[in-house]
Amino acid sequence: MGNEYVLEMENISKGFPGVRALSNVELRVRKGTVHGLMGENGAGKSTLMKCLIGIYVQDSGTITFKGEKLHITSTHYALSKGISMIHQELSPVPQMTVAENIYLGREPLIWCGLVDMPKMNRMTAELLNRLKIKIKPTARMIELSIAQSQLVEIAKAVSYDADLIIMDEPTSAITEAEVEVLFSIIRSLKAQGHAIIYITHKMDEVFKITDEVTVFRDGQYMGTEATSKLTKAVLIEKMVGRTLTDMFHKETVGVGGVMLEVENLSGHRFRDVTFQARRGEILGLAGLMGAGRTELIEGVFGVTRTHQGSIRINGKTVPIKSPKDAIAAGMALLTEDRKLTGLYINASVRENMFIANIHSYLAGPFVKHRQIEKDCERMRGVMRIKTPSLLEIIKNLSGGNQQKVLIARWLLTDPDLLILDEPTRGIDVGAKSEVYRLMTEFVKTGRSIIMISSELPEILGMSDRIMVMHEGDKVGELTRSEATQEKILQMATGMKIASELAA
Amino acid sequence: MATPTVTATAEPAKRQAVDVLRTIFRKYGIFLVFIAMLIFASILSPAFLTPTNLINVVRQMSVVGLIALGVTGVIVSAGIDLSSGSVVGLSAVVAASLAQLPDYAAARYPGLNLPIFVAVLAACGVGALVGLLNGSLVAKTRIPPFIATLGTLTTIRGLAYLYSSGRPISDLTDDYNFIGQGDFLRIPVPILILVIMAIVTHVLYSQTKFGKYIYAIGGNEQAARVSGINVANYKMLMYVYAGFLSGLAGLVVSARIGSGQSGQGVGYELDAIAAAVIGGASLSAGGIGTVAGTIVGALIIGVLNNILDLTNVSAYFQQIIKGCIIVGAVIIDQLKHHGSK
Repeated sequence: MGNEYVLEMENISKGFPGVRALSNVELRVRKGTVHGLMGENGAGKSTLMKCLIGIYVQDSGTITFKGEKLHITSTHYALSKGISMIHQELSPVPQMTVAENIYLGREPLIWCGLVDMPKMNRMTAELLNRLKIKIKPTARMIELSIAQSQLVEIAKAVSYDADLIIMDEPTSAITEAEVEVLFSIIRSLKAQGHAIIYITHKMDEVFKITDEVTVFRDGQYMGTEATSKLTKAVLIEKMVGRTLTDMFHKETVGVGGVMLEVENLSGHRFRDVTFQARRGEILGLAGLMGAGRTELIEGVFGVTRTHQGSIRINGKTVPIKSPKDAIAAGMALLTEDRKLTGLYINASVRENMFIANIHSYLAGPFVKHRQIEKDCERMRGVMRIKTPSLLEIIKNLSGGNQQKVLIARWLLTDPDLLILDEPTRGIDVGAKSEVYRLMTEFVKTGRSIIMISSELPEILGMSDRIMVMHEGDKVGELTRSEATQEKILQMATGMKIASELAA
Repeated sequence: MATPTVTATAEPAKRQAVDVLRTIFRKYGIFLVFIAMLIFASILSPAFLTPTNLINVVRQMSVVGLIALGVTGVIVSAGIDLSSGSVVGLSAVVAASLAQLPDYAAARYPGLNLPIFVAVLAACGVGALVGLLNGSLVAKTRIPPFIATLGTLTTIRGLAYLYSSGRPISDLTDDYNFIGQGDFLRIPVPILILVIMAIVTHVLYSQTKFGKYIYAIGGNEQAARVSGINVANYKMLMYVYAGFLSGLAGLVVSARIGSGQSGQGVGYELDAIAAAVIGGASLSAGGIGTVAGTIVGALIIGVLNNILDLTNVSAYFQQIIKGCIIVGAVIIDQLKHHGSK
């Protein structure tokens, strides 16, 4: 290494009402390197990046970029100076096409503000082609899967040809195969001299792709180190401030009788699926994006209609026509997309917690506030939710804490079967480890969990049994002892990728 | 993949056919409804399908059509403009006062003799100014558009009364009246104005940078912002353009009856919003709506009024039916979006 720094951020502080998000932190990124930025949720990574891209302005501190001191007050300015960003929360305009989204804000013009759309589509096609992303420039964003949208976001950030590209959890919504595409993009960007700030919660990725790592904890700078000199344990200790001995807290509990039996169920994007979930067991549901896992679960939970097949709970056939039926039958579903289908973003932590269970807090027409207060306070303790108070608006909590509130919501309904769709997406190691602990506690009481996850280590670490789906079909089932990363990937890709790689 | 059974292959084929039908319906549904309405109308009344009547229908909807063009853009940007009807009243009295006959003793400005384009510019300028006010309130002070334009709705109507002292401003020049009553190439001028503005607006919304940004802002304001778009400025421009079109509509209305009156255009904002919504613009989600849809929406309202007139349905019933159509259109819109999931 020993290259000069392209970016130097020094003594940056930023406060919000009641919170000091960053205090005197620094970040130095070398030209042509990938710089990992690590820390738990709420450590201040995203805040620092927002200062860099002009969404926030820091209270104090200096930013030096390519040897020039910058005062960045707008995204537009940051982009013009050569800093672009892939945002953590996907931000496409759903009704517009891929090309319109990528070149939003800098459309090629003919004259008088008329947009040269053929040229824009051509440029997009070239860009996507170069990045080996197979998406049509004229497709509307609304027609794309989450993974495809994320690839478009990546392409967009690259298209600015910026000297510094910030990637805030670029792999949160894509699967292993697409991560490889991203990594090859990153490597070629690096070779061309671009610098990349890479924010992630996935340890494997840090060691695979970054050259240096900077760690933040609670808004403080904890140090910068060459990745080659780090180990996973050291890194986690720096982030969390304590050693995490066993990430997964997996305890195999005595697996009991059958709790849920799904037979020949077909619906939108899944066909003829049969499976069981037993008491005391975590059933992992693996597959690539678009394999139909979420759709299957939505069918079981009554969110979408199923065409045929039956669902039995504790041996009794239960007609599930709506989520209400499913909840009455003892199920609970934590959805994949927190913002879209889970959170009441402008309501308080407490309201978000008890809303699914309000019927059990009623005395006649009145709400039993004291009981709610007590239960929510207990959950806050059990889940270790970091919030100034239960009355805090949930919007102001970090992603990991929002997720914990949602899990608490469903735990309050006291379900027999808890369905978790990507339960740890976008949350940090500390919070992850706590979610895993809660899952184990939950099944210990003789209840069951179905967990959808795109992270194989999580599937392998937590599941007693693993069911793999591919393009709407169940392709197989593995026990905990026989499952390996390779076996799951082979099944999930329908062997296609495996043979392609071999060729 | 597992070997597909016979039913498994027959099913997708059938579903594909349904999907194709659904796509056609989603894209062209409102046009199909309109065509069905035309057929139905011509069966109900032989007087419907005559050139005179059809021209009459379009002329009657031209004013609301003009307003609706702007309102569509505002709705696309996830806003709303309730002030358009009041802008019609203000621009009508201001423009008319600049085009009264020079020898008319009771004129607002007696003896004034200005070329016609001054009145035209004044009408459009008054509208654009109110638009600028709306836009500033919405974009800079971040008042919700509904509240901001509700405020201007009342204020601007008051200004119109104040300016005209509540009296009609009549005895206008022939040039002025030509805008509302004249024909050019045997086509009524209001229709020509509407057609030209519809084409201009269509190009503006669908082919220009400005249009793209309006859709982007309505579809996902945050995305627009992080893409480096000056969201406040473009929102403001959108309201200015909508105000400009309402001002133009005020000119046409007053020229049509040869008199500028401060009470003109009451309730037009709601007709315009209805036209946009029937035409597919979504009040619940921004980024959706087209000029073609809105024009058809306005035509549907126009044809409906016309056929109810021709078949002697009472005016009271007309209102009830119009209300049902608006709600029906929104229900269809909801179903369309529901069907996609």
